[in-house]
Amino acid sequence: MKVYGVELESRLLLGTALYPSPKILADAVNASGAQIVTVSLRRESGRERAGQDFWRLIRELGVRVLPNTAGCHTVAEAVATAQMAREVFDTSWIKLEVIGDHDTLQPDVFGLVEAAGLLARDGFEVFPYTTEDLGVGERLLDAGCKVLMPWGAPIGTGRGLANPYALRSFRARFADVPLIVDAGIGLPSHAAQAMELGFDGVLLNTAVAKAGDPVLMARAFRDAIAAGRAAFVADPMEQRDMASPSTPVFGMAFST
Amino acid sequence: MKVTVIGAGVAGLTTALALVERGVEVLVLERGASVGVASCSRFAGGMLAPWCERESAEDLVVTLGREALDYWPQHAPDVISRGSLVLAQRRDEPDLERFARRTSRGQVVDAGQLAELEPDLAGRFRTGLFFAQEAHLDPRRALPALAAKLERLGVEIRCGVDASVRDAPGDAVVDCRGSAARDVIPDLRGVKGEMLIVHCPEIELSRPVRLVHPRFPLYVVPRREGIYMIGATMIESSERGRVTARSMVELLNAAYALHPAFAEAEIVEIGSDVRPAFPDNLPRLRRNGRVLQVNGLFRHGFLLAPALARMAADVVLDDAFYPEVMHEGHRQRSVA
Repeated sequence: MKVYGVELESRLLLGTALYPSPKILADAVNASGAQIVTVSLRRESGRERAGQDFWRLIRELGVRVLPNTAGCHTVAEAVATAQMAREVFDTSWIKLEVIGDHDTLQPDVFGLVEAAGLLARDGFEVFPYTTEDLGVGERLLDAGCKVLMPWGAPIGTGRGLANPYALRSFRARFADVPLIVDAGIGLPSHAAQAMELGFDGVLLNTAVAKAGDPVLMARAFRDAIAAGRAAFVADPMEQRDMASPSTPVFGMAFST
Repeated sequence: MKVTVIGAGVAGLTTALALVERGVEVLVLERGASVGVASCSRFAGGMLAPWCERESAEDLVVTLGREALDYWPQHAPDVISRGSLVLAQRRDEPDLERFARRTSRGQVVDAGQLAELEPDLAGRFRTGLFFAQEAHLDPRRALPALAAKLERLGVEIRCGVDASVRDAPGDAVVDCRGSAARDVIPDLRGVKGEMLIVHCPEIELSRPVRLVHPRFPLYVVPRREGIYMIGATMIESSERGRVTARSMVELLNAAYALHPAFAEAEIVEIGSDVRPAFPDNLPRLRRNGRVLQVNGLFRHGFLLAPALARMAADVVLDDAFYPEVMHEGHRQRSVA
């Protein structure tokens, strides 16, 4: 997978929140094989530089950091958080979240497009967390995004791909754009399904962090994503309505 | 033998007591003007809840924490052994099931049993978990009581001293400075916690009540006479003191969800401090020459201090070795 000119072997992007300890987080990242981790920046920590112990631990993981604007509800908030993240983590990458609804945490797509444009003009490489709406996807590309991240289901729900049909259309419509399913993944089978649909990667956090054994779950996701990707590349068979025997039965010499 | 303990928080005072009970001459040096005022123990919930903590902590916290349930009733006033309750708002009930799965000894209670346990919460929750063996105390009474006991046993507690570990007198030095020891412990980090204290005489709770929350353990702990402590946020930050409106909104919302009477409560105090933690959020005893560091108690100060103090005294006096808190490679393997 290639995003913003960076070639990656792993197709799993892992969030760093909600783990029982930084040690378990580090072990989970290693087990997952992820080469990108997302980090949420609380603005208060950024202002005071007081979160630096945790950020140092994140940097020591030796993977690429994708800071996010989690919890931002307005364009101004998201832009300010992105600018602070660029300074703290010394990266132009930003996972852009502009939350529109308090209960479902679904993206405010109008704010998202506006913030993406502002940030792209300011030199950011934006990874927008969006819905599966095709028109919004188009606007985000127009705004300068080179990657799109449609949701699987609302953040933290673990419900898997709520609308596989729409995600399939999204994949078909943006055939040449790196697409990452972000949010709503609860199980490795959900991640595998996204990969089988032809998505380039999967971003998740809670499914690993809140598992009873996060390290083992990270490994399970690594394997499921590899399996789903291999299945897509291998060009799976078509579904059919009637049975089709895998060995011919007509004229068999022996039958039981 | 003479030992200097630096730091009169919960780790320092319990260690001093463990040493003096074994016949050692102990001097305690504390940078605060009096016992407890500069310690993060001051902002602790004071819950002795090893089984509940297992929801997000490792088994070691349960094993070591169980000692606290015997220890504190002997050493602090008004330890209340009435268990603890875990509740969830209806939309978070799946998280309560998860809480039950990850912990042990919690008994599922229905609305009727809840009403018997806490009559003021009657009709407000459909189900909950009751951890009957847990207890709680008031940290602001426990620490001075422990200090008074030490002084009765002949321990000098010198306050207002910014002691240097290297220059401290004694055959051995136990460094119990918590976050202040970050100058010599590079892998120690701060995890900020914010809390508030309210006066709400309209409702009466007899035990700590936790509300499951997706990001941090949220609890209301009854003190005496209508006083409640509401805590506590968990923020990866080493900044002491500053409390944000966002955190207060979250804590007050939770209290209000528990009982609307909290909306009428008087806010008595807002506070925050930093919990010292190692990367695995587990405590360590580290020995270097005559200095023993006792640190990384994280959010489990009152829970872990009795066991760690006992071990620290054994290390100082008998050269004992406790792999679970001293052999770092051992634990790294168990986590991986």
